[in-house]
Amino acid sequence: MLSILFYLFATVAIFSAFYVTKARNPVNSALCLVTTFICFAVLYITLDAPFMAAIQIIVYAGAIIVLIIFVIMLLNLGTAVKKRYTHALAWGAALSVIMLFITNTFIRRGVPTGKLGDVTTQMIHSYGHTELIGMALFTEFLLPFEIASILLLVAIVGAIILSKRQV
Amino acid sequence: MISVYHYLILSAIIFSIGTFGVLTRKNAIVIFMCIELMLNSVNLTFIALSRHLQNMDGQIFVFFVMAVAAAEAAVGLALMIAFYRNRESIDTDDFNMLKW
Repeated sequence: MLSILFYLFATVAIFSAFYVTKARNPVNSALCLVTTFICFAVLYITLDAPFMAAIQIIVYAGAIIVLIIFVIMLLNLGTAVKKRYTHALAWGAALSVIMLFITNTFIRRGVPTGKLGDVTTQMIHSYGHTELIGMALFTEFLLPFEIASILLLVAIVGAIILSKRQV
Repeated sequence: MISVYHYLILSAIIFSIGTFGVLTRKNAIVIFMCIELMLNSVNLTFIALSRHLQNMDGQIFVFFVMAVAAAEAAVGLALMIAFYRNRESIDTDDFNMLKW
């Protein structure tokens, strides 16, 4: 059951990710990107990470994609002309296939081992995934959390300054 | 049975597709979307390995990657609007103002 779910959503994710790179109209690319993100959220749920799946839907499929589609429609971009990117196609395809081959050999050769932590499936089910994330975030990773909030503030100010007509 | 290798290979495939898109497309917004695709494949790797090693730190990393991606989206799209205002296009061929 779980493997059928994995293969189904992995196939949909791969095909829609490929269509993101191939679609002429940027709006079609953005919609396929939403499909990929939702498939990834389902995969996160199969990995016992429901909070990450919720964040994926809210932040990526909600906020970032809405921002992208908003900008596409604001700039009123047309569809791409076909002959404009055929020259780089062969080189790009060759390079990405080589990269896939190299990562594949490294994944097949290595064994992912390490010191096992204490977060087992049973612990996730008894405490709850969100509680565990919050506990780690507000104790061990408190300083990076505050730095991330400052980063977001700087990004807001930067976006406003950049899109002003005259500074 | 689905092991951690399946997730790693899936994320390698998605990362390669993202690289392909970055290298071949000319529209800056589509390139940006392909970068988001690559970030997401790395997130999948982090969560799969965090589950495999029974450790929560990888998922905290994913949280910060998402925060940085949101900031990047805000600033990057503002940059594209500022560029479009100057050149009336966001093709990467037109990004040549620093050339001489």
